[in-house]
Amino acid sequence: MKVDGKVMEKVIELKDVWTRYGNQVILEAVNLELEEPSGLLGIIGPNGGGKTTLLKVFLGLLKPYRGSVKLFGKSPEKSRDLVGYVPQYKRFDFDFPISVWEVVLTGRMSHTGFLKKYSDEDKKAAEDALKTVEMFQYKDRQIGQLSGGQRQRVFIARALATNPKLLLLDEPNSGLDPHMQDELYRLLDRLKKDMAIIMVTHDLSAVSIYVDRIACLNRKLHYHNSREIPVEDLEATYQCPVELIAHGVPHRVLEKHNGGS
Amino acid sequence: MFDLLQYSFVQNALAAAVLASIACGIIGVYVVVKKIVFISGGIAHASFGGIGLGYYLGINPMFGVLPFSILSALVMGTVSKKSKIPEDSAIGILWSLGMALGIIFVSLTPGYAPDLMTYLFGNILTVPRFDIYLMLALDLIIVGVVYLFYKEFLSLCFDEEFTTVQGVPTQKLYLLLLCIIALTIVVLIKVVGIILVIALLTIPATLSRKFTHDLKRMMLISTLFGTVISVAGIGLSYALDAPSGATIILVLSLVYGVVAFGMEMLEGRGTLN
Repeated sequence: MKVDGKVMEKVIELKDVWTRYGNQVILEAVNLELEEPSGLLGIIGPNGGGKTTLLKVFLGLLKPYRGSVKLFGKSPEKSRDLVGYVPQYKRFDFDFPISVWEVVLTGRMSHTGFLKKYSDEDKKAAEDALKTVEMFQYKDRQIGQLSGGQRQRVFIARALATNPKLLLLDEPNSGLDPHMQDELYRLLDRLKKDMAIIMVTHDLSAVSIYVDRIACLNRKLHYHNSREIPVEDLEATYQCPVELIAHGVPHRVLEKHNGGS
Repeated sequence: MFDLLQYSFVQNALAAAVLASIACGIIGVYVVVKKIVFISGGIAHASFGGIGLGYYLGINPMFGVLPFSILSALVMGTVSKKSKIPEDSAIGILWSLGMALGIIFVSLTPGYAPDLMTYLFGNILTVPRFDIYLMLALDLIIVGVVYLFYKEFLSLCFDEEFTTVQGVPTQKLYLLLLCIIALTIVVLIKVVGIILVIALLTIPATLSRKFTHDLKRMMLISTLFGTVISVAGIGLSYALDAPSGATIILVLSLVYGVVAFGMEMLEGRGTLN
């Protein structure tokens, strides 16, 4: 995945990262290196496997007690204007008195600075982001007045308003019907030309044909820099027979397995 | 009725009603949308410690409650987020601790504590001119802080985690929000008293939410509601010779009940069979 004439920059570099909650280890010796252009990385794993924790490590919201985290060669705190974040959808209060436009503008705060009004540049970036996700015509709507898929696109626009070089999505497909999920993936497929994208999901069937690489996470991260998952990794991640969890997964994601069902 | 306006206590009462409505109209909106009613109630009640301290030191209790409410806000905001015990338990403990301190201070004060009931339940008809100036100054601070931090507060209330990721110091911002809630409580004390403050912080804002989806307009509408209803409450309490703070809250609750019920009836039509 080399591009001629471009200096390769490491998007993410995690070395031996450990985190815990109380006495329980959540992430164990996680190593991950992503180089530009990295396309769309899907991180799958069961609920409670540490996926959201790993995203929080990327975002600098959680400090590992061991190991180092670098984004674009800097600490997560120093690379905030390069990272766009789409949080888990179910956290929101959709009755909140805020319009689509105001939501997307909040994605500019890492650029605008404290105590300043949003500049014309901020407004232009918000407008572009809304146009990218084809939601500009809804800019004056209160977010509760949108469908699930439309809201998800607004939150992606908020992340895009940052002009990120890395886009992080936490379970972006939850709560979306299959048609809306497909639209989401096509959008991500367009976006990945301009930025690295990491998407976390517990839903194996969501790992669609658009994903370029896959990693499995259940405390340990299994990652082979490819879009194929060795069956042993899947079994180690989910700790159950692969036949069961492989149901409904596009076949090309799974490696051919001798004697498999 | 207009003859009444010549009395300075009536003029003061009306000024107090307007100033209180501005503070609770603006800050109540944050309290409601950020769902921090309980911690706001905690700050209000814990502030009683400051009133007791004022009596004990022999100073105007308003000068006791001002620093004490800010201190309560800072301690509550920090402890509830940082400690290992659940947030609501931490608030419950500090809530009663502040009140207990107040009672101890009052009991240590030699002689009789005049106007104690005024601080607990409010009496808008006895607000002195000095307190009006204090309320005006606090209103100016509140409006100024909200003007400066409007976009940060909006993002904080909507999505605290994302705001942190944007590089905004959200913990400090949250403490600032709690501090201006504390100032609002000080503004409201003379109107409805510490015990009833939470009604003014929640009812006008909740009511305004039924009419708009815009935060700024919510602030405007809840300020208007607060003003109209508290003036009506003052009139009613004068006419009925009833306690003013409690009367204002009864009118507020009544209006809220009628509006909420009426709108549910209207919305129910057409959406339900």
